[in-house]
Amino acid sequence: MLKSLHIDPGKCTGCLQCEMACSYENTGVFNPSKSRIKVFTFHEAGRFVPYTCTQCDEAWCMEACPVDAIVINTLTGSKDVKADVCVGCKVCTIACPFGTINYDVDSGKVFKCDLCGGDPKCAEACPTDAITYIDAGATGMDRMRAWAEKTDNAASA
Amino acid sequence: MGWTKKVLRVNLSEGTAKAEPLNMEWAQDYLGQRGLATRYLVEEIDPQCDALGPDNKLIMTTGPLTGTCASTGGRYSVVTKSPLTGAVACSNSGGFIGAEMKNAGWDMIIFEGKAPSPVYLYVENESAQVIPADDLWGKSVWETDELLHKKHNDPQLRIACVGRSAEAGCLYSAIINDLHRAAGRSGVGTVMASKNLKAVAVRGTRGVSGIKDPMRFLKVTSEQKQVLAENAVTGQGLPAMGTQVLMNVINEVGAMPTRNMREVRFEGAHKISAEAMQEPRAGDGKPNLTTNAACFGCTIACGRISTVDKGHFTVQNKPEYWGNSGGLEYEAAWALGSDTGVDDLDCLTYVNFLCNEDGMDPISFGATVAAAMELYESGAIDSETTGGIELKFGSAEALAQATELTARGEGFGRDLGLGSKRLCEKYGRPELSMTVKGQEFPAYDPRGIQGMGLTYATSNRGACHLRSYTVASEILGIPEKTDPLETAGKPGLVKAFQDATAAVDSSGLCVFVTFAWTLENIAPQVDAACEGDWSAERLAEVGERVWNLERDFNNRAGLGKADDTLPRRLLEEGANVGPAEGKTSGLADMLPEYYELRGWAPDGTLTTQTRDRFGLPG
Repeated sequence: MLKSLHIDPGKCTGCLQCEMACSYENTGVFNPSKSRIKVFTFHEAGRFVPYTCTQCDEAWCMEACPVDAIVINTLTGSKDVKADVCVGCKVCTIACPFGTINYDVDSGKVFKCDLCGGDPKCAEACPTDAITYIDAGATGMDRMRAWAEKTDNAASA
Repeated sequence: MGWTKKVLRVNLSEGTAKAEPLNMEWAQDYLGQRGLATRYLVEEIDPQCDALGPDNKLIMTTGPLTGTCASTGGRYSVVTKSPLTGAVACSNSGGFIGAEMKNAGWDMIIFEGKAPSPVYLYVENESAQVIPADDLWGKSVWETDELLHKKHNDPQLRIACVGRSAEAGCLYSAIINDLHRAAGRSGVGTVMASKNLKAVAVRGTRGVSGIKDPMRFLKVTSEQKQVLAENAVTGQGLPAMGTQVLMNVINEVGAMPTRNMREVRFEGAHKISAEAMQEPRAGDGKPNLTTNAACFGCTIACGRISTVDKGHFTVQNKPEYWGNSGGLEYEAAWALGSDTGVDDLDCLTYVNFLCNEDGMDPISFGATVAAAMELYESGAIDSETTGGIELKFGSAEALAQATELTARGEGFGRDLGLGSKRLCEKYGRPELSMTVKGQEFPAYDPRGIQGMGLTYATSNRGACHLRSYTVASEILGIPEKTDPLETAGKPGLVKAFQDATAAVDSSGLCVFVTFAWTLENIAPQVDAACEGDWSAERLAEVGERVWNLERDFNNRAGLGKADDTLPRRLLEEGANVGPAEGKTSGLADMLPEYYELRGWAPDGTLTTQTRDRFGLPG
């Protein structure tokens, strides 16, 4: 089964454990600034929203790369950056409509979510299940169930 | 490793910022944060110095677990000499700036001297600059935060700063970071403003590396997060209800200080409780509480994010207060509400916003208003003194007006900024001040929870619940239940809580973990991260060393046994209702035994033996 990261911002508390897990997995250092997933705080609205790459099927970052440094991981469907091929031209960062691929000034390469090869550490670290790694074909199931419950008036009929 | 092993020393008089190595010998004795920074303070300042003079120093400090994935590992503390108490001050805060300091590569920032004109410190990893802040002086915390983010064009900048109350000399001003987290108590913000230091802005992209045993660290921190998740308090009570879960509980046991501690139950408690925060409001149909929120790395997430009803009298035509911001914690709800007799939840939320907006400790502020209300009702002050405010218990209007004035340092707000002790002395009724060592009480009446009487009397920073939270044992049964009305056994209980808390405060973790963890749960995390062998016993010893070091500082600052006491009201007037009805604090029964357990002389000074045992500086 193909899986994808599923984010439910309503459950996020803004603790940044996901950013620490991500940066540690990828760099060996607890360093939120190097995290591939970012949590945004909307202070006035009182909301915390984690955001990362959705692994587009037609990945514009991949299409735009002039040196074919972004490749599909056939196991997970993720689009992975091959750091040894990347030349740091940043064209992919322009191509991505969502901003989820970024340039690392320290390495001179771009970096993005690669689903940790099928075991995403952000989902594992999230204490509230705001980030889960689930069936890519059924990410709406929880929401459907909730609405189904609301619209089912058989109980009161 | 845990530590970055680097200290940033900022000389404000000279406008310089230089790196120096962390004293690792001291780190092995005092761990970090509260303990280690106090060791630096003891070394570097005269305990008798003027807290608001250039000879005092202000230390922003992290712990070895700050910035790691250990749950709650995002804390930092501010250590200095307090202008409110004259004792050592150590105020702990969450939010995100502590981890950011660590990510920038610093364990500690020591501020010394005084800038000739307003400045702020800008830190970007290794680079640190003292920059003029004339344009920020006179601005609120919220304005300062916005201006600095704009100026540096960096939304990820983390900022701690003082508001207008501190600039005006309010003696219990806080340092606010990340808009609504506070190094709240003892006037650490007042010290910061006295140095003409308006803000500290930090951006760190280096991260925390050098964990001693990374695989073991990931494993034990993960196991301990599970312990927090499965505990009823840290896994359910705190995330759902926040610290406000206590409002109805403490009221029920008759330990809810009410109307300047004249009474021990507040009839309006249910209107300002956690439950009330979740009820739809009459005005706009929304609940006061929007969501809970976490500080950096915290898997508990007890923080409250709230709104005030746009139609409420406090915010009508003031859209700047219509959005979400830091909501009521139990201590703020108590001090601003029960202690002043005000049961208007939206008013308390507005007043709490103002405390954040201009950097005031809501505990000391609320308790000072409560004292002023008693002064007013007893005729010691009148509406001429208050500038026309009818300062009666229960008046939400009076509370809102008093807050606006104090936050901005205007009119009668200047008097309120003195704190309860100096205010009551000024108007000839010192006995009406509910303080220890000049610091206002928190939300537990020591007649109904006897251990808290000893806690307050002996706290190294004046009245405080975060130095030994025996409420956990006496009311909640953590780690084991003791009788709140009994004094027997309490000296040992208080000492154990004081030592353990001092160790937690030196680690980078939040003290709220202790609802679920003991030092046995914390030691493996410290041990996996830090050089050295760290057992629970060693952490307890570190805590005890820190406690003695703080006490020694206070003794040298001129405080002693005479200051280890409570206001007459609590020692002589019995509780008016509830399980403790007729009971006073049994402090006299507990204090001598406490001194003995501490290894102190009967006059409350450290014996040579105790000093030697902990290797304290001579």
